Amino acid sequence: MRRSHAGARLTDEQREILLLARRFARNELRPGAAARDRNEDSFDPGPTRQLGELGFLGMLIPEEYEGLGLEMLTYLYVLEEIAWGDASVAVSMSVHNSLPTQTLLRHGTEEQKERWLKPMARGEILGAFSLSEADAGSDAAAITTQAIRDGEGWRLNGAKMWVTNGASADLVLMMVRTDEPGSRNGSKGIGAFLVPTDTDGYIPGKKERKMGLRGSETVAVTLEDLYLGPEHLIGEPGLGFKYALEALEGGRLGIAAQAIGIAEAALDHTRDYAEQRVQFGRPISEFQGIQFKLADMATRLEASRGLLYRAALAYDADEARKRKLSSMAKLNASETAVWVTRQAVQVFGGYGYSREYPVERLFRDAKVTEIYEGTSEIHRMIIARELYLERGSD
Amino acid sequence: MRRTEGMIVRSIVCIKRVPDSEARIRISADGMSLDPSGVKFVMNPYDEFALEEALRLKEASGQGSVTAITVGPEEARETLRSALAMGADEGVLLRAEAAADGLVVARALADEIAAREYDLVLCGKQAIDGDNMQVPAMVAQMLGVPCATVVVELRVEGGVAKAKREIEGGHEVVEFDLPGVVAAQKGLNEPRYPSLKGIMAAKRKPLSEKDVTLSEPKLELVGLTPPPARPEPQIVGEGPDAVPELVRLLREEAKVL
Ligand SMILES: Cc1cc2nc3c(=O)[nH]c(=O)nc-3n(C[C@H](O)[C@H](O)[C@H](O)COP(=O)(O)OP(=O)(O)OC[C@H]3O[C@@H](n4cnc5c(N)ncnc54)[C@H](O)[C@@H]3O)c2cc1C
Repeated sequence: MRRSHAGARLTDEQREILLLARRFARNELRPGAAARDRNEDSFDPGPTRQLGELGFLGMLIPEEYEGLGLEMLTYLYVLEEIAWGDASVAVSMSVHNSLPTQTLLRHGTEEQKERWLKPMARGEILGAFSLSEADAGSDAAAITTQAIRDGEGWRLNGAKMWVTNGASADLVLMMVRTDEPGSRNGSKGIGAFLVPTDTDGYIPGKKERKMGLRGSETVAVTLEDLYLGPEHLIGEPGLGFKYALEALEGGRLGIAAQAIGIAEAALDHTRDYAEQRVQFGRPISEFQGIQFKLADMATRLEASRGLLYRAALAYDADEARKRKLSSMAKLNASETAVWVTRQAVQVFGGYGYSREYPVERLFRDAKVTEIYEGTSEIHRMIIARELYLERGSD
Repeated sequence: MRRTEGMIVRSIVCIKRVPDSEARIRISADGMSLDPSGVKFVMNPYDEFALEEALRLKEASGQGSVTAITVGPEEARETLRSALAMGADEGVLLRAEAAADGLVVARALADEIAAREYDLVLCGKQAIDGDNMQVPAMVAQMLGVPCATVVVELRVEGGVAKAKREIEGGHEVVEFDLPGVVAAQKGLNEPRYPSLKGIMAAKRKPLSEKDVTLSEPKLELVGLTPPPARPEPQIVGEGPDAVPELVRLLREEAKVL
């Protein structure tokens, strides 16, 4: 195995799955990643559909709902490989697998699971997640999008922001206020709705132009008198925010894996480049200054992997400290990825700054992992809070 | 294009575990074998075409079976598992030390195949490690059945196979009664990736193993040499003025024109 993962402890099945992911990333994702980055005004849903056909969109869904029922750790190994191939594709996989599907699984009714979860497990329906708004990011409970009771169902109005796959997904898990405008209830006044993107009144905007992750479709969405039947609400109308935070705890692990995959790609390119680039009559890989960079990149990367796998085990075992660990894993992996990709650009020199070479894209792609699914600052807040909460508990 | 009308095709696919074409190959200290350390092994790519074709024949008729057989070391079990994950119904590992002589491998395969019921044996046209291109034809000879090599298109209809083969400068179409042997060439199909469901289902599929003693090889490997290092690239000049010299070098030195 090129990369360590859990080394010899992989089961045959995990090894096969990992090899498939690696082959798929190498043959199907990496070759088109630069072009998808360049064509930022268009979006190619092909790679994500392919992921669905192979079963990668049903990894965490139990077999009874037609998924594969795999544990978090295997899923993270795979996600890292996919991100190694193209981080823009990895984010689709991460959002679908950890946010809408997990929320449906935990809080959906049997009818909802039958109707939506099963086709999501089969990869026929792509799911998205929409919490953020223009004026509600880190302070996500400040959202203002409103659902008003309308007969049996709900009528939605407002504007969402930053929805990954907001135009091309089939179903969006959307957090919307359900409390009355006159009597606001903070984070307890938000419901989680399943919004099919072909519903009248669902209006996605143009693909945002971003620093990185340009192959991924990020859009704002306007909701205009959008009507949903009662079967579109998940669980209790006042618990949507709680469900969202719960899902994001698992989602974070996915973003950490994405960050590690990006950094690993940067390390691969850098190792090869340093061997080929000759200055002062020698490959630059023979200079200790470059060797130390490579060693530090590899070491930090491996350390973030270790922390991520620790957090994944805690997640699978439902340990009390899983929240703290998942924030730590995400914080550490994303900051490591930004650091590693920055070193990569440095080792490539001027060519690292050129769009002809892949490392500037990896640098741009890495940056977003410090921002979405909780900024680094927010994760530091969570970790510090958990430190005090857990004191004296064991 | 493939059609199977009123025909249940029981296919046997011969597969080989080979080093990944992207692996860096080093020769062991004894000069007689590859150094396997750090080398990733995969299913021989031509065998993937063979397996894919067998799977499609089965899917097209909704009936039949696909058995994957390999002669190889313990580790070749992984290759069989990949075949099961892609969709083969059964795997058979004939455990044996590596052999450089295609004849002894063909013998082991033919013995196993002869003891089974089958309509079609599919192989890759060659293995990308040894490049001998011997096994399919030898197996056919030993089984006493027809053999079509370098096949890029296959149809099976009512006990008859029609195969389009690549020949120098064109194609040839041959027809033969089943059972028979087909050696697959690139272009026959686009092999699928195994799905995750396939990988998980593979665990529950039968995979039998037995030790086989290969017959005495008639061909002895006496040495391996790496290809010569590539010469340094040469810049002949720049712009149109350099063209005549470039053409001369390509013609006289590289001898490619
Ligand atoms: C490419 C991309 C895809 C996205 N996809 C999705 C998606 O699919 N669904 C979705 O719902 N959202 C998505 N987002 C939104 C993302 O989750 C938010 O951008 C993120 O939560 C940060 O919110 P914000 O941008 O409003 O920043 P702000 O919250 O305005 O933060 C600005 C700065 O202030 C800091 N800050 C804020 N509060 C504090 C505090 N209390 N203490 C210290 N520092 C603080 C932040 O850390 C940050 O540095 C996506 C974003 C991007 C860029």
